[in-house]
Amino acid sequence: MQRVGVFVCWCGSNIAGTVDVHAVAEALKNEPGVVFSTDYQYMCSQAGQDMIKAAVKEHNLTGIVVCSCSPRMHEATFRKTAAAAGLNPYMVEIANIREQCSWVHKDILTGTEKAIILGKAAVAKVNLNAPLTPGESPVTKRALVIGGGIAGIQTALDIADAGFEVDIVEKKPTIGGKMAQLDKTFPTLDCAACILTPKMVDVAQNEKIRIFSYSEVTDVKGFVGNFDVTIKKNARFVKEDICTGCGACVEKCPMKKIPNEFNLGMDNRTAIYIPFAQAVPKVATIDPNACNMLKKGKCGICAKVCTAGAIDYTQKDEYIEEKYGAIVVATGFNPISMDKFDEFAYSQSKDVITSLEFERLTNAAGPSAGKLLRPSDGKHPHTIVFVQCVGSRCEACAEKGKEYCSKICCMYTAKHAMLTRDKYPDTEVYVFYIDVRTPGKNFDEFYRRAVEEYGVKYIKGMVGKVTPEGDKLKVQASDLLSNKQLHIDADLVVLAAAIEPDKSARPLATMLTASMDTNDFFTEAHPKLRPVESPTAGVFLSGACQGPKDIPETVSQAGAAASKVIGLLAKDKLTGNPCVASSNELMCNGCSSCANVCPYGAITYADKEFRMPDRTTRIRRVAEVNPAVCQGCGACTVACPSGAMDLKGFANLQIMAEVDAICK
Amino acid sequence: MHNTEYLRDEIIRISGANPAKCMRCGKCSATCPAYDEMEYHPHQFVNMVECGDIEPLLNSESLYMCLSCFACIERCPRGVEPAKFVEAVRLTAIRQQGANRLTADNVPPIVDEDTPQQLLVSAFRKYTK
Amino acid sequence: MKVSYFPGCTLKNKAKDLDLYALRSAEALGVTLEEIENWQCCGGVFTTAEDEVATKLSSVRALKYASDRSQPLVTVCSACHNVIKQTNYAMQNNKAFADKVNRYMAEDGGYNGEAEVYHYLEMLRDLVGFDTLKEKVANSLKGKKIAAYYGCLLLRPGKAMGMDDPENPTIMEDFIRALGADAVIWAKRNECCGGYISVESPETAKKNSNAVIRNAKAAGAEMIITACPLCKYNLEKSGADIPVVYITEILAEALGVKEDTNA
Repeated sequence: MQRVGVFVCWCGSNIAGTVDVHAVAEALKNEPGVVFSTDYQYMCSQAGQDMIKAAVKEHNLTGIVVCSCSPRMHEATFRKTAAAAGLNPYMVEIANIREQCSWVHKDILTGTEKAIILGKAAVAKVNLNAPLTPGESPVTKRALVIGGGIAGIQTALDIADAGFEVDIVEKKPTIGGKMAQLDKTFPTLDCAACILTPKMVDVAQNEKIRIFSYSEVTDVKGFVGNFDVTIKKNARFVKEDICTGCGACVEKCPMKKIPNEFNLGMDNRTAIYIPFAQAVPKVATIDPNACNMLKKGKCGICAKVCTAGAIDYTQKDEYIEEKYGAIVVATGFNPISMDKFDEFAYSQSKDVITSLEFERLTNAAGPSAGKLLRPSDGKHPHTIVFVQCVGSRCEACAEKGKEYCSKICCMYTAKHAMLTRDKYPDTEVYVFYIDVRTPGKNFDEFYRRAVEEYGVKYIKGMVGKVTPEGDKLKVQASDLLSNKQLHIDADLVVLAAAIEPDKSARPLATMLTASMDTNDFFTEAHPKLRPVESPTAGVFLSGACQGPKDIPETVSQAGAAASKVIGLLAKDKLTGNPCVASSNELMCNGCSSCANVCPYGAITYADKEFRMPDRTTRIRRVAEVNPAVCQGCGACTVACPSGAMDLKGFANLQIMAEVDAICK
Repeated sequence: MHNTEYLRDEIIRISGANPAKCMRCGKCSATCPAYDEMEYHPHQFVNMVECGDIEPLLNSESLYMCLSCFACIERCPRGVEPAKFVEAVRLTAIRQQGANRLTADNVPPIVDEDTPQQLLVSAFRKYTK
Repeated sequence: MKVSYFPGCTLKNKAKDLDLYALRSAEALGVTLEEIENWQCCGGVFTTAEDEVATKLSSVRALKYASDRSQPLVTVCSACHNVIKQTNYAMQNNKAFADKVNRYMAEDGGYNGEAEVYHYLEMLRDLVGFDTLKEKVANSLKGKKIAAYYGCLLLRPGKAMGMDDPENPTIMEDFIRALGADAVIWAKRNECCGGYISVESPETAKKNSNAVIRNAKAAGAEMIITACPLCKYNLEKSGADIPVVYITEILAEALGVKEDTNA
């Protein structure tokens, strides 16, 4: 039997207002094992903690119950107090009589009764507590960043700046991501390339950073501080270390009609290509689906013109295994497909485009060299209709579209509208909106400028149908404020398509055992207090893979994720959580139920030799928990049919004792 | 129960739709092919039903202008189904005694030799109880 | 293959061609359309009201008839198709409605949405196959530019119709291509002709129909095809200067069964 001390906190009037704290202390005196019980105004204060320490000495306490606020708040505080008094810190139990009692009850009688019951349960549990010691594991001092857009770039630069090695894995031939495709950035209108490309160069020149471009992560094993990652380097049929990026091969390649992804298919590229002039790494890549040499063995022109001898048609995919201490996910976003929204005639007319396509059309390096021209006939558009919220804010069960607000569309549409009016004042610009959402520094001012100074016509309403006819796009829309249906003959219609996480995110989450929401955005460990950590230890989140974000927000989050990574890599050893699962090998029947439910991949199986009662030996398959990977969620203990799996600190016996104490 | 409140709840019950789902985007009215013929437009039907402002709707010609083309139902991003409110209000109007919009006497002048049965059947289904 | 066939009132009167060519073409493709005994008019337009039960019973009886015979239920007229499919969808997804209906259906043994409803075009796509159809074409319509006019009733509401993407359908275009002709893609193919409004306001119907025809012609169409007698009527009444033809008529023509060989 333990010698238990009970300490009931008033929390000023927070608890004492609706709980008779003296009565609670008195009632708990009679519980089994309790040798001391008292109450105090602020148990977490220095005086309160000293009171606990003194009582431990005076009454030879072996267990402590603090009836106070949520353990989320002060469990760590009281564990330290216990340790200072010479007790194992895991001999402390908290009864939450504030959030789960005094704050939800109005009547002092019921509040007190419930507080006593909660206290009894904690006493019953602490009687069964055993001292626990956390384990330690080493830390590999290198980070992996998955995704080389602005989020990944910023995270990698910040980690490298602190002196740690970082690898970026990017599936495209170049880093830069979506930001490299943008023209100007809101609300300051600086040129996206001008602020991004220096960062891309910094990445390329940083000795601490390696870039695996045209590569993807194919396997992740291990746990925080000790990840084993397999990276597949896709064959680009060009030796990266030899190619100088001179572009002679691109000039001579005869396959010139391949849709150019970088310009969203609005112009063509060659089979061997460099995505854009400032690409990093600036090396060529051969598209194996377009190259005649690779498909039919005929051509070979690029090899002939390459003076460096960098072309290698026999190059194979390469698998690299690397160790990392931390992983940052920065897989970004894409606009959704407009296939299901053909009321806007996206599939019927080249002049119905998405906003990202509009970016390319206005970008000096884009398909029309920055002149805003209609894709269909190259003429200057005189009437442009922007449609907001295409596929955003849809009903949850809708078969098309997303339930969430895509967040960035209001601002980039204001930017597009304003820049169009600035450059082409003869152009009528309409923006159809449901709500204009511009919370952000200088954002609303920016939108108002578009309306007041640039004369963009903002109309509260939605477009219902776009009918291409002749060389016009007949736009039928509602104007809710003047209660009219409008018919506008437009030359160009721009759809603000909802954004969604990149398709690579879902399989990656499975590899990382990191959780996602129903929209495939990565879930953060706490939506407010731990926004850049995933619930899986050692996995961090950067940018739009966690939710829709603009560039300033992405960069802030990228820096925050980097600082979390630096904090982790700065440690030589990691202290684990001792409240992990463990399997009683004698009871385990090797059924795999626990491994199937484990969200962290912490359970493996081993064939072990057992001595049987008749002194023979037998090999049995039994579960083993890796304590460094286990997060102590307890799913396995519930799934285990034989009761072999148990959670230290939350043993089945302890939980049952609590339930018994409550029901008594 | 107050009469307007009763009417409102009745309309919502008959429609089987929920006006609270509306986010006021106006796509229903943007897509409506009979908009110009209507005094109250699809988005107003949703809003007025939600507010219990049923009387003006009951007496409006707009009830008979809806084509049942289901475009507003299909294109509403929130699944509000505005046409169901138009239908519920119209039925409430024509179910009253002597309130039939179309009677057999009206038929001869509107029929020609090509008039498909489908036209008359549909019109009677919509305009008559 | 034998299927239950719901012709509907118009196909027995003003749209006899739609019916006749449907039967002949189906026969040529190896499908026998067995007309449902004692079918009753579908009502022409689906009533969305939750408390409208009696108006949907004729559809339920037709559905029950097909399901009792384990046959697909095939319709040609867009309106019948729309009403019967929406009714079936309600029987499958709206339990309160299905319960009310089944109080009338007790003598017939009750019905709970078991039947599979096919529009004639779906029958061609899913039961016959457009590739098979292509092989059976005797008189290819090569070079003909045809606009597929879906109207509202074939596609909407998309959830209940389940026929094709309601905003970007392909079934009728694939049908046109199977017959050897060129399918014109145009935006107003799924917009309303005005429907029954021609009783209330012929001008409104005319306005809608004119917009439909103008858009089809602007896209280069030489002919508009439809499965709906009312669409055909409204388009023609509005002064269409382009032929408006039933889907089954061009089908029969392509299959070479337009003229009755037994006559």
